[in-house]
Amino acid sequence: MTDTLMPYDEALAQFEPVLGLETHVELGTVSKMFCGCPTAFGAPPNTHVCPVCLALPGSLPTANEMAIESTIRIGLALNCSIAGWCRFARKNYFYPDMPKNYQISQYDEPLCFDGYLDVEVDGRTVRIEIERVHLEEDTGKSTHVGGATGRIQGADYSIVDYNRAGIPLVEIVTKPIPGTDRLAPEVARAYATELREVMRSLGVSDVRMEEGSMRCDVNVSLMPRGATEWGTRTETKNVNSLRSVERSVRSEIERQAAILADGGRIVQETRHFHEDTGLTTSGRSKEEAQDYRYFPEPDLVPIEPDPEWVARLKAELPELPSVRRRRLQADWGVSDLDMAAMHNADAFVLVEATVAAGAPAADARKWWMGELARRANEAGTTLAALPITPAQIARVTELVASGALNDKLARQVLEGVLAGEGSPDDVVAARGLQIVNDDGELSAIIDQVIAANADAADKIRGGKIAAVGALVGGVMKASRGKADAGRARQLILDKLGVTE
Amino acid sequence: MSLIHKTAAELGRLIATGETSSVEVAQAHLDRIAAVEPKVHAFLHVDPDGVLAQARAVDERLAAGERLGPLAGVPIAHKDVFTTADMPTTAGSKILEGWRPPYDATVTQRLRAAGLVILGKTNLDEFAMGSSTENSAYGPTRNPWDLTRIPGGSSGGASASVAAYEAPLSTGTDTGGSIRQPAAVTGIVGMKPTYGGSSRYGLIAFASSLDTPGPFARNVLDAALLHEAFSGHDPMDSTSIDAPVPPVVEAARQASVDGLRIGVVKEFGGDGYQPGVLARFQEAVDLLESLGAKVVEVSCPSFTYALPAYYLIAPSECSSNLARFDAMRYGLRVGDDGTRSAEEVMALTRAAGFGPEVKRRIMLGTYALSSGYYDAYYGSAQKVRTLIARDFEAAFHQVDVLISPTTPTTAFPIGERADDPMAMYLADLCTIPSNLAGNAAISVPCGRADEDGLPVGLQIMAPVLGDDRCYRVGAAVEKAFEDRWGGPLLKEAPAL
Repeated sequence: MTDTLMPYDEALAQFEPVLGLETHVELGTVSKMFCGCPTAFGAPPNTHVCPVCLALPGSLPTANEMAIESTIRIGLALNCSIAGWCRFARKNYFYPDMPKNYQISQYDEPLCFDGYLDVEVDGRTVRIEIERVHLEEDTGKSTHVGGATGRIQGADYSIVDYNRAGIPLVEIVTKPIPGTDRLAPEVARAYATELREVMRSLGVSDVRMEEGSMRCDVNVSLMPRGATEWGTRTETKNVNSLRSVERSVRSEIERQAAILADGGRIVQETRHFHEDTGLTTSGRSKEEAQDYRYFPEPDLVPIEPDPEWVARLKAELPELPSVRRRRLQADWGVSDLDMAAMHNADAFVLVEATVAAGAPAADARKWWMGELARRANEAGTTLAALPITPAQIARVTELVASGALNDKLARQVLEGVLAGEGSPDDVVAARGLQIVNDDGELSAIIDQVIAANADAADKIRGGKIAAVGALVGGVMKASRGKADAGRARQLILDKLGVTE
Repeated sequence: MSLIHKTAAELGRLIATGETSSVEVAQAHLDRIAAVEPKVHAFLHVDPDGVLAQARAVDERLAAGERLGPLAGVPIAHKDVFTTADMPTTAGSKILEGWRPPYDATVTQRLRAAGLVILGKTNLDEFAMGSSTENSAYGPTRNPWDLTRIPGGSSGGASASVAAYEAPLSTGTDTGGSIRQPAAVTGIVGMKPTYGGSSRYGLIAFASSLDTPGPFARNVLDAALLHEAFSGHDPMDSTSIDAPVPPVVEAARQASVDGLRIGVVKEFGGDGYQPGVLARFQEAVDLLESLGAKVVEVSCPSFTYALPAYYLIAPSECSSNLARFDAMRYGLRVGDDGTRSAEEVMALTRAAGFGPEVKRRIMLGTYALSSGYYDAYYGSAQKVRTLIARDFEAAFHQVDVLISPTTPTTAFPIGERADDPMAMYLADLCTIPSNLAGNAAISVPCGRADEDGLPVGLQIMAPVLGDDRCYRVGAAVEKAFEDRWGGPLLKEAPAL
């Protein structure tokens, strides 16, 4: 059964949305949260396991100090208070991908709490309040084989990979976000984007949504315009890209509006987002709230961060993305509009890296937002996913600046790099794309062109210097674009005995 | 005197000097096991060839000049909750029948490194839940003093093996009294170290905040030597205390109470206590005074609430600790016929694999932790726990150690309390407070009850990390009583 949707504008005319986001970020620590197993992604199934993360009888957890430090840094970057004393707690429920059948998490004593993150949407700053940042462990990964849906229901059998079990996971929970109105989808996306940038700047996670190292659960509820009491919310999972964050909010608003307008009620439940349709479908009902029987984890001692240490971590925080963006915008002399365009295209980090690799900001932006954006669009992929690095772009701009390439040749070089022909220098060499700088070769071409365009040559000799353009065009054509146009112009004028 | 009747300290010395070998000592104990196991049933696993191979290896290490500890070459029996990489580990449960751990517990590993030879794995109440060893899935262990009676529990195989001369030493675990009570009812020494003083890594958990590995021996010095051999900080157990092991061996050798202040816990005694137990306890009090100790009565009013608090905290933790036994990765699997869901297989396995007492405690704990009940049950129990710790703290401002009977009664007949969990739980009345507060406590023999001739234990409780005081007072009591009795109490046990 497909859900009825109400067109977005109509839904917003009748209802106000309230958002909430719970984001899980896998920390990039070398070892797991409670044992020494490696965390590297992509190893053969069940090879990064030990008695602790398999929950063999008798094994005990010991907390990863690096993970605690990373969590505190995240909390500080999100303007949170840091607990002076807090404990891990057990969240009890049975599921085959959770070896202990409880997850070590935090309950009423999170490591970080009461913070905020400012995001820019449509030229205005929206402050997202952070309720808590806590540390927990990831579960194993179940694969359900057979059946139509890939879900556990109807599967023939399931297999579990425990490599992921015990990887440190930070959960960042916002307070409810009212007042976003029709910008709710964009706010949700902007928050997830900004959060990802913060994680990157801290260097605590690779935050790859497609690999699941950052996962967003999006809560949405609607209330009739003018109402003061919030409606029943749903929690959408399986939101695996920034674009999906935005789409899932929009689709859930449209779905809930249709139900409410029809006199129905929203069921409190988990829903799953589907990339292909852009719709959510019903998952587990939360009406009969599961009782997780939380209690303080007796196998671990409380965490008591030394205030001096926390102060030092705070002092050593890197420049945060919003601050950095403001600084770089000034450095680069870029308009607000261009900054927003770069941000929306996810090009900012790439441009920054390209500048860091030595390219002028204007050139770096020009290539990423122009030629490369066009090619990414054609290929149906993202800028970051293009098989080209900021360093390679920087090299291309260097070749153009030195006169070895012009823009037209540079585009061919980029095409070659994207086609897997190697580095920019490899492509230049293999395709023979250098500008012709050899005056002898150029001189021969010019002589041919002058001979073939005697009329134009005469006009120039007669003082009509503007006519030189036609001859330069001829040289460029004859050299198949490889000539240095400026040099060619000078040589033509010299040969014709004209000075400017 | 035959090898099996010697103390562990003496065996260690004879092996070190080459007067005997580890192989000879192991063989003597294997012979004893073969002779008496059909009656006692202390062991769940013994592999004679493996034992002799270990003993030969230790003899070779010693011959090669390797310096091992004072117990090198001495045999030991491990309670079957410590993982052993070369032997099955069952926790006395069907759900782990035949499971072979891929790793050694820290206690196991440290004692191997010290050159002790593992005779086998001893019987216990399933997952250490019980006071009689009747809750074992593999049948009860019998008390060497009277084969119709229980050897205590949950470490009943451990106590019986030492009392029956099948092993000179054994390990146990004490969550609510599971070392001290079996030691008391079999006439031997059993020590619960300070919580965190001995590593829980590789100990199959019952109640994490209470479980404490400790030693059994036939005398106080042997217990201290074993205590010292496996104790100390372990980075694999984050609740392990990073402090030096208290000087327990030195204290056991000191064996003096002169000038010590000793407190008698006022709340332990009266109704429910067997007269013979109270009589022997009073004798011990008088003895301590005669040895130069100053004995006073001390009130610990919160101790009255220890038992109910314990029966909320321990089951709560166990309900979570035992969740991992789900048939997915190891152990028993029931009903996996290709048609059932994982959830159904988990439920069928747990229904078939756990015994009634384990199920009772899982249900109790699940209930106590439930939303809406947590504060009233688990929360209140934790508050009681704090009060008990404060009672101890206040008491230890007045006295150096506290004493009480270890258990209210002597060993009861097998089957007598099997259907009455409340009566069974009362066996741990005097031992539970030290588990809740995490302090050290020992049980040493103090004679036999007049009415049944069975052993009675004296409990000596010391502050956190005051383990040495238990040994010091215990050894003084032992020495004075043995002078009076003309040897160890165990000499009076009937021949098997």
